[in-house]
Amino acid sequence: MPWVSYLPALAQGALVTAWITLAAIAIGAVLAFVAGIARVEGGRAVSTLALCYTELFRGTSLLVQLFWFYYALPLVGISFEPVATGILVLALHVGAYGSEIVRGALASVSVQQVEAARALNFGRWHTLVHITLPQAIIEMLPAFGNLAIETLKLSSLVSLISIADLTFRAQSIRNLTLDSAGVYSLTLLGYFAMSLVLMLVMRLIERWARRGAAFPRAAHS
Amino acid sequence: MMYGFTWDTATPLTYAWSILPIILIGLTVTLKAAAAGFAIALVLGLVFAMLRRSRWRSVSWTTACVVEFLRDTPLLVQLFFLYYVLPEYGLTLPAFLTGALALGLQYSAYTSEVYRGGIEAVPRGQWEAATALNMTRMQTYRDIVVPQIAPRILPAMGNYMVAMIKETPVLSVITVLDMMALANMIGERTFEYLVPLTMVGLIFLILTLICSAGLHRLQKVLPKAGIPLR
Repeated sequence: MPWVSYLPALAQGALVTAWITLAAIAIGAVLAFVAGIARVEGGRAVSTLALCYTELFRGTSLLVQLFWFYYALPLVGISFEPVATGILVLALHVGAYGSEIVRGALASVSVQQVEAARALNFGRWHTLVHITLPQAIIEMLPAFGNLAIETLKLSSLVSLISIADLTFRAQSIRNLTLDSAGVYSLTLLGYFAMSLVLMLVMRLIERWARRGAAFPRAAHS
Repeated sequence: MMYGFTWDTATPLTYAWSILPIILIGLTVTLKAAAAGFAIALVLGLVFAMLRRSRWRSVSWTTACVVEFLRDTPLLVQLFFLYYVLPEYGLTLPAFLTGALALGLQYSAYTSEVYRGGIEAVPRGQWEAATALNMTRMQTYRDIVVPQIAPRILPAMGNYMVAMIKETPVLSVITVLDMMALANMIGERTFEYLVPLTMVGLIFLILTLICSAGLHRLQKVLPKAGIPLR
């Protein structure tokens, strides 16, 4: 069975894929909240800026962004390590798509809640942190779960800027052994398994959040 | 020089102007690939959605697994799989068709979910009425289901089409000469990537903005209740 010999190299690649994906999701989530909240709560200048960021990164293709950061930016004197470039571009991508999720979820919190908070003399920031965000975050989680899987899939593109992730390893092994069917089947299965794990984790987080959010409110009443 | 156009790298502006015709040739390839891929996704997605609703457990379960697998694995790896493995089994397609097929396969997983959501929104009573009127399953889909769900699912389909256009640059890795591939080739020869890559990004941005505006208009024009029956 020749394909057993591919496993160590593929596993190493899978680790790189996992690391890049998780880093991009973590940084991207922060960006998504900043941009999403800026869209809803910011003044005209701030929300326009956030809108431009979102449209720019949603409107241009991810591969173009990746090559732009990798090939074009060094020409004007800005360059990063390939892995940093990959994580940065993926994170910006996650941030742009995620900000739409954050914005939608914040908008879906009923107006009465905000009015009640105002009646209780809550400040704007206070209302956001204690009233709207805790409710909105639960609504965001399923969409963020999809986005996380999307990110895992898109992380395969970093192999094209010479990062040794799962796809890159698969390409190298194929070029050595010419066993395309075996190598790519294993790679596809690897990504599928990672997606399933990611999906499971997101579902656990969702369940935990729904339970966690229910208790404090009961404790207050 | 490429496709008979020479570039002029004197200033960024003249450079951009001189390579615009080359990039636009790439744009036609990009659009053709997206159109072909989307046609495949629309048809295949409907097939998946119908198989998923099959009366036989084994069929619906297998379809669900296939759809899930297509949706949870990267387009790039699927592309490599088709590009390198299909010829081993004697099926050698041109790179463009392989690319369109990969795009279609990946997005058929998404479109099948859209179809499924639409079909499930048709009230049970209508299916029962169709059965009572002795309509075949095919007739029910053609005359009852599709005219009702078409306007409802069009916006979602449109969004996936825009998403697919943005994924076509991936095809450049299997030697499809789209915008991305041409921009890279120009970059390799002139050692100047900034202008061609920025142009490709801008064209994508304009393209998606136009498509989003078009979709917005479409949503307003569409009849909410469905297409009238013959």
